[in-house]
Amino acid sequence: MAIVIVDGQEIEIGDGERLNGIQAAQRAGIEIPHYCWHPGLTVVASCRMCLVETGRRDPASGAISMMPKLVPACQTPARDGTVFVTNSQQVTDARAMVEEDLLIRHPIDCPICDKAGECHLQDYHFQHGREQRRADIKPFTSRRRPLGDSVTLFVDRCVMCSRCVRFCREIPGTSELMVTNRGAHEEIDVFPGFPLANKMAGNVVDLCPVGALGDRDFLYSQRVWFMQNHDQICAGCSTGCSIHVDENQDRIYRLRPRPNPHVNQWWMCDEGRYGWKHAHDERRQTAPRRRDGEQLRVEEWGELIPQLDADLRAAGRLAAVLSPHLTVEEAWLLASYIRAIDPQAWLVPGPVPVVGQDETFGGGFTIHAEKCPNRRGVQAVVSALSDELITWEQFLERAAGEGFGAVWISGGYPAAWHGESEAEQLAAIPLRIVQDIFPSPLWEQAGYQLPGAVFAEREGSYVNFDDRLQSFRWAIRPPAGVQTEGRLFWRLAGRRGMYQADEVLLEVARRVAYFAAAVQPVPEVGVDLKVLSLA
Amino acid sequence: MPDVGATEPVLLALVGRPDSHTRAVYEQAGGYQALRRAVGELAPENVRELVKSSGLRGRGGAGFPTGLKWTFLPQDHPGPIYFCLNADESEPGTFNNRILMEDDPHQVLEGLILSCYATRATTAYIYMRYEYPLAWQRMQAAVDECYAAGYLGRNVLGSQFSLDVYLHRGAAAYICGEETGLIESLEGKRAWPRIKPPFPAVEGLFHKPTVVNNIETVACVKHIVDRGADWFRSIGVPPDPNNPRDPGSFGPKLYCLSGHVERPGCYEAPLGITVRQLIDQFGGGIRGGRRAKAAIPGGISMGLLTADELDCPLDFAGPGRYGCLGLGTAAVVVMDETVSMIDFLENSCQFFEHESCGQCTPCREGTSWALKMMRRIKAGRGRLIDLDLLLEIADSIGIMPGTTICGLADGAAWPIKNAIRKFRGEFEEYIRRTNPQGCHETAPVPALDLVALH
Ligand SMILES: Cc1cc2nc3c(=O)[nH]c(=O)nc-3n(C[C@H](O)[C@H](O)[C@H](O)COP(=O)(O)O)c2cc1C
Ligand code: SF4
Ligand code: SF4
Ligand code: FES
Repeated sequence: MAIVIVDGQEIEIGDGERLNGIQAAQRAGIEIPHYCWHPGLTVVASCRMCLVETGRRDPASGAISMMPKLVPACQTPARDGTVFVTNSQQVTDARAMVEEDLLIRHPIDCPICDKAGECHLQDYHFQHGREQRRADIKPFTSRRRPLGDSVTLFVDRCVMCSRCVRFCREIPGTSELMVTNRGAHEEIDVFPGFPLANKMAGNVVDLCPVGALGDRDFLYSQRVWFMQNHDQICAGCSTGCSIHVDENQDRIYRLRPRPNPHVNQWWMCDEGRYGWKHAHDERRQTAPRRRDGEQLRVEEWGELIPQLDADLRAAGRLAAVLSPHLTVEEAWLLASYIRAIDPQAWLVPGPVPVVGQDETFGGGFTIHAEKCPNRRGVQAVVSALSDELITWEQFLERAAGEGFGAVWISGGYPAAWHGESEAEQLAAIPLRIVQDIFPSPLWEQAGYQLPGAVFAEREGSYVNFDDRLQSFRWAIRPPAGVQTEGRLFWRLAGRRGMYQADEVLLEVARRVAYFAAAVQPVPEVGVDLKVLSLA
Repeated sequence: MPDVGATEPVLLALVGRPDSHTRAVYEQAGGYQALRRAVGELAPENVRELVKSSGLRGRGGAGFPTGLKWTFLPQDHPGPIYFCLNADESEPGTFNNRILMEDDPHQVLEGLILSCYATRATTAYIYMRYEYPLAWQRMQAAVDECYAAGYLGRNVLGSQFSLDVYLHRGAAAYICGEETGLIESLEGKRAWPRIKPPFPAVEGLFHKPTVVNNIETVACVKHIVDRGADWFRSIGVPPDPNNPRDPGSFGPKLYCLSGHVERPGCYEAPLGITVRQLIDQFGGGIRGGRRAKAAIPGGISMGLLTADELDCPLDFAGPGRYGCLGLGTAAVVVMDETVSMIDFLENSCQFFEHESCGQCTPCREGTSWALKMMRRIKAGRGRLIDLDLLLEIADSIGIMPGTTICGLADGAAWPIKNAIRKFRGEFEEYIRRTNPQGCHETAPVPALDLVALH
């Protein structure tokens, strides 16, 4: 165990841990301001905002000897006996100097800057800057130019931390961004004809400590202080990146990666980042309908649910198609409900959309070809309840011959997931209950049309490609008329009160060995289901 | 005080002779004998020891003991070890590397080959500044001659030692002379100096152990092998007995004398001669019988000496005692009484603003802020408070206070510190005279409208 002393506070760090001064101070609850350092990128120690005093405590005598000059905390390893002083006059002066330097040529156009409210330059100025300007006054320009289709550079706001440049080199490995010119004339730029176009480009906007990089999708759409952010999981592919959903009044404005060392580090891909638009698509279905002969009639959920339950119970043989967009809890509730009515009911995992091939970048980040968040979780639920796993394709082939009375089809895919032929193959089943977000051939022919939820409205857990289960709560409420899957299944199952995902998960974890690790409360970074299922 | 007149030139011995740049002339004068002897009789460690015991200190600016630097290389490294010969010579006032490369390139190459032998380097890169086309041609021709003669390539002179030498031409940036900037640039990247540790000796070019030495340093190595460490230590200044950390300043040195003297040029003399000796005995005195006002002791980065400080000895410890940064490249630029210190400082600020690589906030912004103030002062809109701000910038940037990655910022700071502290009266008088209304203003004032600066 190594002891590091930060401002007189002794903190213990593990022997194997390699922390720098910034991280060690964080453990002591002390923030060392920094621009260029980012835990996911190489250290350049160039912004000099993190300057501290350092020294060593002699293990024998306990005497502390300090180095005469300042050092960047980001570049200074915290070892046993390392002393950091972050609150001396020398440090305070150095921070004030860097803040002052960075503001000399900065346009200070916070009122029209997207980053205002979550800008390091702003925050640090109030904490560490000088009260008054001393440099000459100059009306500043606010030059901007696109770096690619998704990101605009506000040239004069840049503090030259080079995070964005290092990101493109080190994480996607595409190196589009570079620094041009020299000294105070430096600018971030791209080479002519080679725009910022990598599949992770949006991350540069998050990691830019100031408002120099604007996300054109988000630009000017919302002030950051109006938004609430919620911890969620990206449903774009089976990587299952930890994300923040930033919303205001149930409208999503942006998704951002949430650091998770087991899944996505600090990043997410652009497909996931911008993959929320279907949530607010005008074509979303918001009225539950029941077929009455040729007619589909809009009904209140309160009337529809008992009717649906009765129709199912009267239908005879049942089948349920469980979408890989369902959470583990939702899948469990639906499967158990159907099985309670017909203990022989077929449980069929829904189709798994696969686009292209898995794509791994230089920095190790992988975008998976499997474009859904929970194939593993849903399959595990189905396998736990069925001896034989019937695929969607087998089901389509055999459905007409099995004499089913009703089938429950859960969809929830952001893009079209079947065509007319699939609808025809299932047409022989007298009662088709379709739960989805967009109209589709199956939807049009359904006996019940049940508008369902999108990822940000759901609650529960997904299991990613690597058997990591991550739980999340809803970020936005669904549009009026939509019952989230969890809520509807909970009601159908006759459970009381509100849908409680954690209660369901506990049930699943106790009953299904694969999920055993989830009996403990699931941490923010999720839990590895392999750990217990291997043991 | 060493008797400078009596020293026979060693480094410049051939300079001025017809065809001094050819192998034939160099060999007639005894060239490559040191190499033959070393490769034939001495083990690399012996050469290393020899250089260490000579007390040779780097001529590139920092004065780091060369033998000691070589011992930082890891022992038993599987290789390759790289040698970078720093010929980026961009310190204003400095041109001794150029003379060596143009007029005696074989001396440089022999020193380089010996240094590579001593450090077990098998590949050497000569990083040459862009603006030296003749030096480029002469060095390339000399390298070709060496390959032809078996001094370079596989099995140098039939020994087990092999060495390849490549010339690399820079793109005219001062920062490429900083050793890790040089390494980055050689790797094909932007010359942003690296953070240390790791030092180049441990992890340098292409992540391999690397030595960076100056042209003049390796030229000295050749003569140390030729004439021995004792000869080298017989020239120059012994360590200060009162300072246990002073390794002394031994050997001959090339002084670049320029500015307002009668005979500017590159002169060889022992380390430790004074600025005044250099001006009077070599430079023929101040131009036109005028009086000296100030002198730069070793390239502009080192700061300024006043006319009263010209007895400053030009050894590694001398200029520091007069408030300067150090000996630097021993490039002495003399300014006579016609020179305005405001002009001097504006010019100096412009150089560093232009050459800052832009990585470190304090250097990038500090040099640019200082230039803006100096331009405004010069334009007659100076404030007295500007002098304090300039000093504050100068006192807070650099590796000495710890606020930057490389020494460029220290070099930018020293002329400001010295000029304003040593000539404050002149600055104040200028500001008061040219801006009688506004000189006492302390609030921020409008910036000058300068097109090229932002
Ligand atoms: C900004 C800056 C510029 C430098 N330029 C040069 C140069 O042009 N040539 C040189 O030999 N050393 C230069 N140096 C010093 C080198 O970093 C390095 O110390 C030197 O090349 C080592 O060689 P030496 O030990 O033989 O002196 C420069 C240093 C700094 C900080
Ligand atoms: S654009 Fe942003 S991330 Fe990139 S260097 Fe500038 S401040 Fe840093
Ligand atoms: S001190 Fe100046 S020149 Fe040196 S690395 Fe920093 S910004 Fe570049
Ligand atoms: S965060 Fe340490 S120097 Fe930038």
